[in-house]
Amino acid sequence: MDLILVNLIDGLVTGLLLFMLSAGLTLIFSMMGVLNFAHASFYMLGAYFAYQISIALGFWMGLLIAPLIVGVLGAGVERYGLRRVHQYGHVPELIFTFGLALLIEEMVQFVWGKNQMPYSVPEILNFSAFAISGNSIPAYKIFMIFISISIFIGLLYVLTKTRVGMIIQAALSYPRTVEALGHNVPLIFMGVFGVGTALAGVAGVIAGPVLGTFPGMAFVLGSIVFVTIVIGGLGSLWGALFASLLIGWITTFAKAYNVKMESILNAIGFTTPENMDESMLRDLWSLTSPQIADILPYILMVLILIFRPAGLFGKRTQ
Amino acid sequence: MNDQITTDPSKPAQRMRAGSLTLTLAPWIISAVFLAILPQIFTNNSTLTIMNQMSITIVFALAYNMLLGQGGMLSFGHAVYAGVGGFAAMHIMNMSDFFASIPLVVLPVFAGLFGMGLAMIVGSFSTRGAGTVFAMISLGVGELIAACSVIIVAFFGGEGGVSGDRTYAQPFFGVEFLQQIEVYYLTAAWVIISAALMYLWSRTPVGRMANAVRDNPERAEFLGYSARWVRFYSFVASGFFAGVSGGLFAINYEILTEENLNTASSGVILLVTFLGGVGYFFGPIIGAIVFTLLQTVLSLSTELWAIYAGSLFLATVMFFPGGFAGLIMMHVAPFKLGKLRLLIMPYIKTLIPAAIGILGLAALVEMTFHVRHAAAGDNEMTLFWTTFDSHSLIAWAIAGAVTLIGLGIARVTAPSLKEAWDEANTAGGAS
Repeated sequence: MDLILVNLIDGLVTGLLLFMLSAGLTLIFSMMGVLNFAHASFYMLGAYFAYQISIALGFWMGLLIAPLIVGVLGAGVERYGLRRVHQYGHVPELIFTFGLALLIEEMVQFVWGKNQMPYSVPEILNFSAFAISGNSIPAYKIFMIFISISIFIGLLYVLTKTRVGMIIQAALSYPRTVEALGHNVPLIFMGVFGVGTALAGVAGVIAGPVLGTFPGMAFVLGSIVFVTIVIGGLGSLWGALFASLLIGWITTFAKAYNVKMESILNAIGFTTPENMDESMLRDLWSLTSPQIADILPYILMVLILIFRPAGLFGKRTQ
Repeated sequence: MNDQITTDPSKPAQRMRAGSLTLTLAPWIISAVFLAILPQIFTNNSTLTIMNQMSITIVFALAYNMLLGQGGMLSFGHAVYAGVGGFAAMHIMNMSDFFASIPLVVLPVFAGLFGMGLAMIVGSFSTRGAGTVFAMISLGVGELIAACSVIIVAFFGGEGGVSGDRTYAQPFFGVEFLQQIEVYYLTAAWVIISAALMYLWSRTPVGRMANAVRDNPERAEFLGYSARWVRFYSFVASGFFAGVSGGLFAINYEILTEENLNTASSGVILLVTFLGGVGYFFGPIIGAIVFTLLQTVLSLSTELWAIYAGSLFLATVMFFPGGFAGLIMMHVAPFKLGKLRLLIMPYIKTLIPAAIGILGLAALVEMTFHVRHAAAGDNEMTLFWTTFDSHSLIAWAIAGAVTLIGLGIARVTAPSLKEAWDEANTAGGAS
């Protein structure tokens, strides 16, 4: 029971981290209709910038400044890159962001090298908040949960309650009408792209000390973020939240509880073959849940795409 | 071969051109002869290895372009079909009784069949839509199978991969494929065969319908064709040829690992195909040749080759979405007008300074990298056959000046190049 609680918190941290990335990505998708492959790269840039700033000015300035730089970079990419490629159609746009992701990874290796950076949790948060039957929960995890939830609430507030949010929502659905009403739609798009990438930057800043700041960090998270927004339904903020938490918990629990395929198969009524080494299915029998924890989201995504292509919360029919 | 894939509506009788047999066959015969005499010019083994690598990439890129260029389907996990084909070929190599009864030359067919089988399974649900849904399913399936390679050890061999020995096959007219040159001829023959088959496929009604479904699926449906089945056929055929390329890989390297399946390889083939140009049949061939050269030659001389390749890729997407093939085909119109020579001087005036400027920029990049990452006290670096102190101001000044002057001249002469280009593309007028 206690272990369940610990895993619930761990899964919540992973899920909310995923959400900070997928929220921006799903906004950008509903705006431009294009999946930004480089989104996780901005997350990586956030972590690296914050590390560099934290050396000189400390962690908190990094948390403040790094996302701003990332956001400006993102807006620049939209203005000078994507807007140009947009005229050629969707596939070149997708390919452009894909190439950008590759290039950013190379650039990061060029500047910071291939090794992990010694970017660590700030002293002030480096203590154990409380313990659940011997499992101590670090204060930094609570801090991560706090930051992500406040960002989610802030985002929801801006999008639904403020004038800016109304214009953004209108521009997502009827860009031409909004333009005719005198709003600068390309500027709105650029702004949304910048804010989305800045959110990814925030995620990078707070995840860097825990998950490690290394050139592969974008690649590790990149495809999972896609999976998240596809499962949640492309363009749906609530869907992104739901899917992020779902994936966070599924992977955490699959890793924490060592369920063996053998016991499942035995329970259904199959008997374990005598000669395991000669059986063609020996790998199926020796399968355990921690082994497949990382591919569970992909299985889920393929199933969702087959049976409900719009995603769990999606309205868009392809 | 330089026949445009996209049908020109103003020429309904485009197929009539096939009547001129010599014109159709010429590129194939020339390339076959070229491939045959190439080892006479480059005789050492490392060059042969590069050429084999090139050939494998050509087959794979052409198969990939059956999806991307001809069918309009963007796949992020196509390495899986090549990989599974290759693994199957590897397992056939290890079945000593069966392998001893077939000649090595037909092994790629088996690999192709396995790639095709997997494509049939995946295609049965992934080809319902094109666009984003297809791309996402391909990514998911790709990641799934790549992750399975560590779990399903019986087929994928885990971390170490699967290895075998090609020489146990039945000798093919006495050839046992012990030497690199023999493998080269086998690969070259397969390149010609598969390229020809893929070209012929693009001329069949199914291949034509793939273009129609890419451009306007709704209209194709109204004409009575099922867009889904057309996509499915393209997907399966592409899976077959991807499998063939995997089989060729197995024959060449005699080992397959997780690296042949993962997303990075899928990304590379997308890069290769797009760099070459997706709009034309021969685009991926150029892409494969250029990329393999970049990969092998450039990676020997600099650690940063991936940065250059990535920048080239991004520049291609942004400025020349037609790729190299598109660039070449842009010159057909001036050529037909007989005004190609008008472009020679402006090209020299703009492109040579631009190239020098880009080399200068590369030098600056290399020097920055050296200053940042070389061991402390190691100030000497060698660049463009000169050795100098990377911390000295003079070196930086020279590289900076070369960059500025080169790019500056290119910028100044660019308008006259554009004028010449417009002039060369206008019919009539004094030349």
